[in-house]
Amino acid sequence: MDNANMKLTLKVWRQKNAQTPGKFETYKAEAISPDMSFLEMLDVVNESLTVAGQEPIHFDHDCREGICGMCSLYINGRPHGPKRAITTCQLHMRSFEDGQTITIEPWRAAPFPVLKDLAVDRSAFDRIQQAGGYISVNTGGVPDANEIAIPKVIADEAFNSATCIGCGACVAACKNASAMLFVSAKITQLGLLPQGQPERYRRAQTMVAQMDEEGFGNCTNTGACEAECPKEITLTNIATMNNDYFSAKLFRQEEVHEVQHGE
Amino acid sequence: MTLDAKVPEGPLADKWSKHKFNLKLVNPANKRKYDIIVVGTGLAGASAAASLAELGYNVKAFCFQDSPRRAHSIAAQGGINAAKNYRNDGDSVYRLFYDTIKGGDYRAREGNVYRLAENSVHIIDQCVAQGVPFAREYGGMLDNRSFGGAQVSRTFYARGQTGQQLLLGAYSALNRQIHEGKVKMYTRTEMLDVVVVDGKAQGIITRNLKTGEIDTHTGHAVLLCTGGYGNVFYLSTNAIGSNVTAAWRAHKRGAYFANPCYTQIHPTCIPVTGTHQSKLTLMSESLRNDGRVWAPKTVETAEKLRKGQLKASDIKEEDRDYFLERKYPAFGNLVPRDVASRNAKEMADEHRGVGASGFAVFLDFADAIKRLGEETVRAKYGNLFDMYIQITDENPYKQPMRIYPAVHYTMGGLWVDYNLQTTIPGLYCLGEANFSDHGANRLGASALMQGLSDGYFVIPYTLGDYLATIGPKPIDASHPAFAKTKEDTIAHINKLLALKGNKTVVEYHRELGHIMWEYCGMARTAEGLTKAKGMIAELKADFWKNAIVTGENEEINAALERAGRVADFIELGELMVDDALMRAESCGGHFRLESQTPEGEALRDDENFAFVAAWEFMGENQPERLNKEELVFENVKLTQRSYK
Ligand SMILES: Cc1cc2nc3c(=O)[nH]c(=O)nc-3n(C[C@H](O)[C@H](O)[C@H](O)COP(=O)(O)OP(=O)(O)OC[C@H]3O[C@@H](n4cnc5c(N)ncnc54)[C@H](O)[C@@H]3O)c2cc1C
Ligand code: SF4
Ligand code: FES
Repeated sequence: MDNANMKLTLKVWRQKNAQTPGKFETYKAEAISPDMSFLEMLDVVNESLTVAGQEPIHFDHDCREGICGMCSLYINGRPHGPKRAITTCQLHMRSFEDGQTITIEPWRAAPFPVLKDLAVDRSAFDRIQQAGGYISVNTGGVPDANEIAIPKVIADEAFNSATCIGCGACVAACKNASAMLFVSAKITQLGLLPQGQPERYRRAQTMVAQMDEEGFGNCTNTGACEAECPKEITLTNIATMNNDYFSAKLFRQEEVHEVQHGE
Repeated sequence: MTLDAKVPEGPLADKWSKHKFNLKLVNPANKRKYDIIVVGTGLAGASAAASLAELGYNVKAFCFQDSPRRAHSIAAQGGINAAKNYRNDGDSVYRLFYDTIKGGDYRAREGNVYRLAENSVHIIDQCVAQGVPFAREYGGMLDNRSFGGAQVSRTFYARGQTGQQLLLGAYSALNRQIHEGKVKMYTRTEMLDVVVVDGKAQGIITRNLKTGEIDTHTGHAVLLCTGGYGNVFYLSTNAIGSNVTAAWRAHKRGAYFANPCYTQIHPTCIPVTGTHQSKLTLMSESLRNDGRVWAPKTVETAEKLRKGQLKASDIKEEDRDYFLERKYPAFGNLVPRDVASRNAKEMADEHRGVGASGFAVFLDFADAIKRLGEETVRAKYGNLFDMYIQITDENPYKQPMRIYPAVHYTMGGLWVDYNLQTTIPGLYCLGEANFSDHGANRLGASALMQGLSDGYFVIPYTLGDYLATIGPKPIDASHPAFAKTKEDTIAHINKLLALKGNKTVVEYHRELGHIMWEYCGMARTAEGLTKAKGMIAELKADFWKNAIVTGENEEINAALERAGRVADFIELGELMVDDALMRAESCGGHFRLESQTPEGEALRDDENFAFVAAWEFMGENQPERLNKEELVFENVKLTQRSYK
């Protein structure tokens, strides 16, 4: 049943922690089946490293269904590997050839420091969301759901933006390490919906301010983010965000209370 | 200890509102003097943490992922039920209650289930207000679909990504409170034990997954919202990190574990293809709305299909057995999950299964495509089809999908009363981690409902009652129980790190999974379970001798994390087998071969088993003690289930 006969050479970035410089190590991956996902291939390599008394390669992952946004990996120079519109956990070894050499690196961006080997710290994304990526509503005391009528086209558009999984591939793909695709997806989703209107402009201001503070670069319209996004978030989101951001600056500048992240 | 479920007296429809009125309140000015620990930030935890912080409590929230947005809830696909009756098709709170009791095979508490149905209505309102983009109709109103086992259209959905959208809603509410400084979020942090002081939960011990630091946190109450334990089977539809550690360690400190053997097996998953597989992928049950399930009529045809000598499209209509439609004309392909699962397994057992392994049946969209057109089918299920193509390299627009049952959801968990409190005062349990509401066989679209009901609409009321009783005086972290529990945690870690054997932890996990699936899975016998008990005991002894755990504590160490979780799964496995052995009846997803009707349907034994089995830890390697909470049915009559 198992047709596990691919052999590959892996060049993997190994880095003990954020303080220690990293380097590439070469490993052989043997008895690989084309039906394995990329992460399952790494599991197999890790099992053999463990038995040989070596430290397994560390990488982030959880759902392995393409939805949690936890897996990352820069594979042969591309975030999430060679195929369009999928995450690393959904990438299968049949996308590679027997005997191929595969280079595997972590996301490279200053706001995403390496934690260990292939895992990076993406908490900057959370801090941007915390700065205003929400609708301020308390639990309870809300109107009946059908009292807020939303035309299907608008709901669908908002949904398209809402599918961002927060993986950070857009940042990794961008030569400026811009987070605009990610940030604009949330701004667009909430900005399209009637519920999101009251805070629309303020949201754009606070999120963009936090994005800048985290050290993400600017967008120069290269489009690498859109090309590599596993959820096909489009550049039009960035246009919407810019629009809201500048309208806010020009006409609706509001007092934005100081950002405090918990403590 | 007698188990008091604290379900309020009186008519079903008044219980919750009366109870809410009778619960003690915490003075608004005092709320900020209470610290609440919330472990887990999936749907249950994020909604609870946000709602409690909105009320004014100080919340400390924990998750092992790098962000709360990645909790396993994100993966739920199909939808969430609510008794809105927007379709005017006869739905009501009572009907949702009734369907859920029946779907749980009369092994759930009436009071809890009715409250769940009541709250369902508010959940949809809450989520819409947060900006969750549910599917809409052209008129701007919310759309619904029907789900396995239900004859009304009450499932709200957001394409095939309902869990993601609901979680992002709860995550944003949580983010707002983090921003306000009312929630302090600890990511990449794993809770390893509960601190019990004078019989009350007053804190937790955690490991920082980046540095290995072992920390102590105090709180006036601890809420475990840590999800289900389906990964005890190794292969399941759960995320890789889903585990039982928090609940299991709490169990060892005195929280009873209820109905551990109740597992829900989901009929529509992508089948296993090889030993390398790390998880199974669910295909949303909504596919059964339009897909038709079939297997070849004869073993000969099936064999040819398996060998690749025939394609599905070569099989003539009269040579196909649409077994669900044939056996259950009223529900057809929409029979509940356990029925669909068991019937698929039967096909495989009769050697009529398809795919190279023979462990699969077809889910065919040819008729739907003919009737609705490929575009409509694509609009409805496109993302699921894409996922299927990605994983199997087969095109379901051209040939039927192959599906097979897989472990999906665990209905057992920590025992809680009506207030969601465990048998340790001050320790609460919410969402999939508790046992409540689902009984033996959860229907689709109700786990999301329960997680959010617990978090948004139950705990904000019931927690106050306890807090008001203990008063707002600060928790004393210098109590020896804190130091002792921390020492125990460190000793356990060191014991794991000392394992320098010859077999990886993953291998042990895989072996445990085989035992559990084979003997404690879809069909069980006293003989098989007894055998499994011996096998797990051996596996456990071997684990503590021959496992390999690499690395050190003071760094990121995935091997150590996994080892701790697998060690707990092994112990849980033993309890699941004991529970399944004790329950000599069939109910829901738990099918005891010795207990079936002449037609081969699950046969309950209400006389002897209409109770919740709540297990009490009696010490390492000691048999656990069984406590029973009798289930009383005042509103629905217990009847044999029939989907004929
Ligand atoms: C593929 C799939 C599809 C599903 N589809 C549906 C559906 O359509 N409808 C439906 O109703 N249900 C569905 N379910 C079930 C439903 O998704 C789950 O029951 C529900 O999401 C569980 O939510 P939860 O909040 O209880 O736990 P989870 O979302 O699992 O969250 C657990 C949390 O606890 C944390 N945690 C766990 N242990 C620790 C620890 N020791 N220390 C610190 N943190 C810890 C995790 O980090 C996480 O934050 C589906 C399940 C699966 C697997
Ligand atoms: S925009 Fe796309 S690439 Fe960027 S975080 Fe979201 S899903 Fe990932
Ligand atoms: S592991 Fe969740 S998206 Fe890849």
